[in-house]
Formats: sequence, structure tokens, C-alpha cells
Amino acid sequence: MDALNLTTKPKSSDIGIDNVVLRYGKGDNAVLALDGISFHVVPNEFCVIVGPSGCGKSSLLYLVAGLEERTGGMIVVGGKPVTEPGPDRGMVFQAYTLFPWLTVAQNVEYGPKRKGIAPAERRVIVEHFLHEVGLAKFANHYPSQLSGGMKQRVAIARALANDPDVLLMDEPFGALDSQTRHSMQKLLLRIWDHSKKTVLFVTHDIDEAILLADRVLVMSGRPGQIKKEIRVGLPRPRSMDLVMEPNFIAMKREILELLKNDEDDEH
Amino acid sequence: MTLAPNTSSLVGNGVTARVEEGQAGRSVLKVIATPFRAVPRSLSITLGFMVWIAVIGGWFALTYSGAVKEMFLPRPESVLSTTISMALDGSLWEHVFASVQVVLIGFVLSSIVAVPLGLTMGTYRIVQAVLEPLVNFIRYLPVTSFVPLFILWIGIGIEQRVAVIVFGVFFQQLVMIADSARSVQRDLVNAAYTLGTKRGDTVFHIVFPATLPSVLDVLRVTMGWAWTYLVVAELVAARSGLGYISLKAMRGFQVDVIFMAIAMIGILGLCTDQLFRGIRRLVAPWAN
Ligand SMILES: Nc1ncnc2c1ncn2[C@@H]1O[C@H](COP(=O)(O)OP(=O)(O)OP(=O)(O)O)[C@@H](O)[C@H]1O
Ligand SMILES: [Mg+2]
Repeated sequence: MDALNLTTKPKSSDIGIDNVVLRYGKGDNAVLALDGISFHVVPNEFCVIVGPSGCGKSSLLYLVAGLEERTGGMIVVGGKPVTEPGPDRGMVFQAYTLFPWLTVAQNVEYGPKRKGIAPAERRVIVEHFLHEVGLAKFANHYPSQLSGGMKQRVAIARALANDPDVLLMDEPFGALDSQTRHSMQKLLLRIWDHSKKTVLFVTHDIDEAILLADRVLVMSGRPGQIKKEIRVGLPRPRSMDLVMEPNFIAMKREILELLKNDEDDEH
Repeated sequence: MTLAPNTSSLVGNGVTARVEEGQAGRSVLKVIATPFRAVPRSLSITLGFMVWIAVIGGWFALTYSGAVKEMFLPRPESVLSTTISMALDGSLWEHVFASVQVVLIGFVLSSIVAVPLGLTMGTYRIVQAVLEPLVNFIRYLPVTSFVPLFILWIGIGIEQRVAVIVFGVFFQQLVMIADSARSVQRDLVNAAYTLGTKRGDTVFHIVFPATLPSVLDVLRVTMGWAWTYLVVAELVAARSGLGYISLKAMRGFQVDVIFMAIAMIGILGLCTDQLFRGIRRLVAPWAN
């Protein structure tokens, strides 16, 4: 696989979020989703955001992707201010967003094709990433013929095949059962280890957050702000057995406490 | 199909396979009474045929018993013999050809404009803002009331009949296609953006393929309406066509010809319907 120059030359950028404000709607109906949020993600970092439902986690990712317009503040990815969506910021959505009219292989091929990459090279890329997510046998299936976990694996392959500088993931495994979830987490860590992309990952599963992250950002309830940042520092490669380790449990307790305080504040 | 193999083979033998033992009988009943549940193909074909046989049988009964005068309702075999003799002397094909020509030209002209315009209208709010108020007004105007106007403007040539079809079909197509474009899942478009799709390419790369199955359904349904408007167009100003011969037959009390013309239109409509279903299966195999 190292013959593929795409993987030997890892491309990744940093993400700078500076005092970002997001307000939906106008006047009395206005909802302040994010209120002056700031943090920085370094290249190659696996950064996970957790927070109560409705605190603006998805909104934040949509802002970084350029799919939503911010009300104030600044977002810079790889030195460039974000003004609109672009292929340098790949995204995996919580809802299934594979193109139903394309086969698995054609879905993965979609980004490279838009870039004008030649068919022969596209075939190599598609083969590589389908192999990475273990779906080479399903190249000619349509998304409707796949299970939920398989769909998200294709979505990950599709985002990576486009060789983005950062990968944004919005609760990509949220709809999966715990067994599938675990194998997806293992798979994602392995792929991340190969590709070394900057990852900004949203979840509400605390185990998942600690297991995956270099750093966990805990958000407060709406309007969303960063309440605390936790450096995980567990050695890699990580296995599922870590969930039993004392410092894993300590971190988990700390995050739970932070989220619980937030609930208490609201009531 | 989760149906046990032995029960499905029982049903497979036809509807007449009456099951005495409760167990299997209940499960057949359960299958046909379950919403959206597929029934055995042989059963649906048999039932479809039986309805036809019942209708034609009723027709025989009404005419042979003398309950209805032959002047109002012809005997089945006289419709058949009229059809055969008109088919043999070629006049039937001439009229069929004339009608098919009008329907096809009108339908194709309308669809060529309505599909791209409807997709654009559903995708871009500005196009919707411009077109929707006018289109929603026009599409409630009765087509029939425009026939005299079209004759005045365009004359009584084939152009006039084509205009009736276009007028009857176009605005409905436009609105329905715009609706299906509007219902494209927003995150599908968002995903396309993050994969490098340009804003200007969204209609072609995302909205068009995503709505292809429903666009084909719209075309199939409006094709049926085109056949309806054909008769309106041909009743007034035509020298050939299936609508024209039925009007002429009414003047000569040839009820059998009217029946034949109606049946011909039904058969042609059925053919175009099947054609569109076939096209849909072919170009959108993922949507079945
Ligand atoms: N298009 C919109 N218009 C108005 N308000 C919105 C819109 N989208 C989101 N919001 C509001 O902004 C807040 C943040 O929404 P967001 O979807 O980012 O939350 P989230 O943290 O991702 O929640 P969850 O964990 O449930 O996915 C919510 O309170 C929501 O009601
Ligand atoms: Mg969310």
C-alpha cells in the first residue's frame, strides 16, 4: 500500500477556532447556539468534543466545514480562513449521506472524480480505501444493500479518498449497536494511524471519546462553550481493554461529573 | 419472504387451494391482511385476470340478456370484429398513428423543458419565487377552456392538438418535479460540497440523480394525463385520430367504434406506462 503516494505523503492541517459566535434566526426567535468558543487543534491531532445534547456540537462542525455561516469570530484551517465548503475539509455525517444512486465504489470515487484525477489512478485509490475499511467485496453494491455500520465505513472511505487536510466526524457511530461501534472505533484508529489526518470528532459516548482522543473537549450546555480540556495521554495503539484501567475510569468520572454539573445548572 | 415454504407452495397452486387445517389457512389470511406485505405473484396475477373476466362476463350478460339495447352497449364480439376489420383495411393504424404522434410530440416538448426547469425551480429559491405564483395560477385553469383560443391562435392543424397536450401537462410536470427537487435531503448536498462539488454543479451532480426515480414517476403519471387531453384536442378540430373517430362514430350511432377507440387508448396508455416502469428499472436500479 505504501506504493500509493497518497498515503506516504500525509497531508494534515491545524484548525483554529477563535471567539466563534453562532446565532440561528432573528429577533425573538433567535437561538444563540455558540457563544464565543475558542480552541486550537494541532496537525495530526485526534480531538474529540463531548457535550450535552443541543449544545452546538454539530453546529460547530458545520461551521468548520463551511456549511453554515458564523455570526462572529474566526475559523482558520491550514492557515486559510474558512469562507465556504471545500474538499480540504472532509466530513462524515451522523445521518447516512451516501449517494444512493452510486455503487459503493462510485461513492468512494466521487471526490477524486470531481478533482479531475485520471480513471486509472482513481481505481487505485478506490481499491485502497475499500480495502482499508474491509469492504472490497461490496464495491458493486448499492448503499441500500448495506447495513448501517457498512454505510458509515463507506462514508469514511469516501471522505478519506478525497484526501482532505482535516476530517470532521459528527457522531458517525451514534446509530450503531455497541458491538459494531467497537469494531468501527478500532477500524478508525487503525486508519487514522495510517493517514495521520487531523480529526475533529463529536460524540456523546464518553468511553468512545477517551478511547479515541488525544484530547477531549467538554462543552457546556447551550450556548456552547468549552468547559474543560482533558489530555488523554494513554499509550497507542489502544485496545478496548483500556476501559478497565484506573486512569481511564478516573477520566471518565471527571467528564461525567462535568456533564452532570451542567445538567444541575440547567434545573 | 418469511413465509414457511410449505404454505407458500400451497398458495402458489392458486387461490382455489383451500386450506382446511387452521394453521396454514390462518397464515395465508395473515399474509394477505398484512399491510405492505408481498403476496405470491401467482395469486396477484390470478386475481387481476379474474377481475377482467368478471368485467367482460358482465358485459356479455348485459348485452345477451337484452337488459341494455345494443345501440347503447355493443356486444363484445361486434367490437372485436370492428377492430379486426379496421385493422385489416389499415384505417385503424392510420388513426392510432395520428394520435400517438400528437401525444408523443406534445409530451416530449413539454418534458424537455419541464424537467430541467422544474429541477432548477426546486433547487433555487429565486427561480421558485419568480415562477411559482404564475405557475400555480395557470395550472388550475381548465385546459378545455383554452381549446377555442388555441384554434383561434394556431388554427386546426396538428400544432393546435399538440398545444393542448403541452398546456395540459407542462405546468403539472413543473410543479411536481420542483417538489421532488425540493425534498432532496440537505445533508446529501452538504456531503457533496465537502467532496468538492461546485455550487453550480449541484443540480446536475446531485439533484438530478437523486430525483431521477421520482421524475420518471412524474413523467409516467403525466403521460396518462396526456392521453386524456388527446381526446379533448381531437374532439374539436381533427381529421384523424382515435378521439376524432369516436366523435364521428357517435354521429353515426356506431357504438362499437367508440368502444374500440376507448379500448385502443387504454391499451396504448398501458403500453407507455409499462415503458416508463421499464425505463425506471433500467436507469435507476438502486431505487427498487
Ligand atoms: N437550523 C437551525 N435553526 C434554528 N436553530 C437551530 C438550527 N440548527 C440547530 N439549532 C439549535 O442550535 C442548538 C445546537 O444545535 P446542534 O445540532 O449543533 O446541537 P448538538 O450539540 O449537535 O446536539 P445533538 O447532540 O443532539 O446532536 C440547538 O439548540 C438547536 O435547537
Ligand atoms: Mg448533533
